[in-house]
Amino acid sequence: MNTKGHVFKYSDNVDTDVIIPARYLNTPDAKELALHCMEDIDTEFVKQVQKGDVMVAGWNFGCGSSREHAPLVIKTCGTGCVIAKSFARIFYRNAINIGLPILECPEAVDEISSGDEVSVDFDTGVITDITTGETYKAQPFPPFIQNIISAGGLLASLKQN
Amino acid sequence: MGMTMTQKILAAHAGLDTVTAGQLINAKLDLVLGNDITTPVAVNEFKKAGFEEVFNKDRIAIVLDHFVPNKDIKAAEQSKQCRGFACDHCISHFYDVGKMGIEHALLPEQGVVTAGDCIIGADSHTCTYGALGAFSTGVGSTDMAAGMATGMAWFKVPSAIKFNLSGRLPSNCSGKDVILTIIGQIGVDGALYRSMEFAGEGVKTLSMDDRLCICNMAIEAGAKNGIFPVDDVTKAYMDGRSEREPVIFEADSDAEYEKVIEIDLSSVTPTVSCPHLPENTKPASELSDIKIDQVVIGSCTNGRMEDMEVAYRTLNGKKIADGIRCIIIPGTMEIMRECVERGYVTAFIDAGAVVSTPTCGPCLGGYMGILAAGERCIATTNRNFVGRMGHVESEVYLASPATAAASALTGYITNPSEVNA
Repeated sequence: MNTKGHVFKYSDNVDTDVIIPARYLNTPDAKELALHCMEDIDTEFVKQVQKGDVMVAGWNFGCGSSREHAPLVIKTCGTGCVIAKSFARIFYRNAINIGLPILECPEAVDEISSGDEVSVDFDTGVITDITTGETYKAQPFPPFIQNIISAGGLLASLKQN
Repeated sequence: MGMTMTQKILAAHAGLDTVTAGQLINAKLDLVLGNDITTPVAVNEFKKAGFEEVFNKDRIAIVLDHFVPNKDIKAAEQSKQCRGFACDHCISHFYDVGKMGIEHALLPEQGVVTAGDCIIGADSHTCTYGALGAFSTGVGSTDMAAGMATGMAWFKVPSAIKFNLSGRLPSNCSGKDVILTIIGQIGVDGALYRSMEFAGEGVKTLSMDDRLCICNMAIEAGAKNGIFPVDDVTKAYMDGRSEREPVIFEADSDAEYEKVIEIDLSSVTPTVSCPHLPENTKPASELSDIKIDQVVIGSCTNGRMEDMEVAYRTLNGKKIADGIRCIIIPGTMEIMRECVERGYVTAFIDAGAVVSTPTCGPCLGGYMGILAAGERCIATTNRNFVGRMGHVESEVYLASPATAAASALTGYITNPSEVNA
C-alpha cells in the first residue's frame, strides 16, 4: 500500500474540534461531515485537497474529543495519509480502527514543506519528498496493529477471527 | 518489578498474573459506554460488520446528553437511532430525556461504574471514573461497536506518572484548580499514552467531586487514564450506590513510574486556562483586566452538586454584572432536583442567571450558549480550543465554579476570594 500527493502542513496540537467542529456532529454521514474538514483553521483545505494528498503536522495531532468522525472526515476527503510528530492516543486508535494510514516521523515533519509532492510506502514506512529528493523512515506498526490494518479495520479483523 | 494500580486492573481483566508497560493485551470489559453523537456511528459499524447480538445488555450504557432535549431535526434523528438500538437490544442502562444526565456525572451517581472496573466509552472524558479506582478510558465508535459485540478491547499497557499529593487545598480552590495547575505544568501531551496515578497524604482531603473533576481532565494532558486509590471517601460514596461489588486494587509498593511529580495542594491558587489550549494557565488574579461576555457553570467536569453549592454560595443574594449572560447547567436530573429543593434555582434566577436541564450543550459548541465573533466566556468546562464554544474568533477561559461564579458578579475574570471576602 502507498499514497502519493501534495502536502497540507499544520502545526502542533491540531485538535479534533478543528478537524471537524462539534456543531456539525448532528449527523453521522461522513460525506456531509467531510465538507467541513479543517475549516476552522484552513478554509482552503476542502476546496484544494485531492485524492492521495498527505497531511503533515506536529506533536499531539488529533488531541481532544474521542470523535471517530475526525479521522473519518480526513479519510473521506481523499487524504491518503497523515504524518505527524506524535498522535493523541484516541485519534491514533481510531485511525487504525477505520483504516486511515498514519505515520509518526518527527524528522520528516520538520523538513517537508507545505505543497511539496511526497510519496509514502506504508509497508516499509519510507516517506519520499519528491520535490526535494529527501527520504525518511517512519517506525512501522507492531504486528498486532498491522493485522488490524491488513484486515481492513478492527471489526473486519474481529470477524476474521 | 511491581505493577501500577492501572496495570493491576488490566492484568486482572486480561486473565494474566502480571503485565508490563508496552505489552498488548485483550481485556474483558465491565462496561461499554456511548452517547448520542458517538453511538449512531457505532451502531452503523456494528450492523455493517454483521453483528446481531450485544455481549451483555446490562453492561452497555447509552446516554443521550450532547444535544438533548434535541437541538434540531438531525440531532433528533440521532437520538431516535440510539433509542431504537437500545430498545431492540433491551439495553438496561439507556438514559433518555427525563432520566438522563451528562454521562460522566450520571454513571458514578447511579452506581453504574465502580471500583476495579475496566471500562471503555466512546467519549474522551470516560477517564472520569478513575476517581472511583476503576480503569476507564475514552475510545472511538468502532471500539465501542467491537466492545458491544464481544465485551473485549485491546490495550497497550500504559506506563505511569505518579502525582504525589500533599497538604490541603485553600478554601477558594477545588479539584479544577488542581488539574489545571497540573496541565499547566506538564502540557497537553505531558502524559500522552500514560496513566496519571494520584497518590499521597493529600488524597484523603479531596472530595469525590474533586477527584471526579481531576480524573475527568486527565485526557487534557493526553493521558490514557487518571486514577485515584480507593479510600474511606470512595467507599462511603460507593456504599449503597454501586450496583456491582467494588473490587479494590492497590499499586505495588515497588511499582515503576516514569516520573513522580510532587503537588502541594496548599500552594494551589485559583487557576484559569487561557485560549486556546488547556495548558495556557495563569493565576486568576493576573487576569482581572479580561472582560467577559458569558459564564457557563456545568459540564461533565464541573456540573456536580459541590459545583452547584459553590455557585449558590457565590451568587445567592447578589446580582450578575450587567451585560453578562450566566448559564448554569446541573449535571444530572438528581442534581437538578436537589438544586430546586434547596432553593438554588430560585437564587440563580434572582441573581440573573438562566438554568438549563442537563446537557453538554455549550461545552462543545453544540447549543445553549454559542459565542459570536469576538466574545469571551469563562467556563467550568474542559476545552478552550479554537471554535470550541462557537465562532472561531471567540474565546473560552477554563476555570473552577468558584472563579466562574465570582467572574459573573464582576464581569471580569475574578479570583473568588475577592467577592467572597
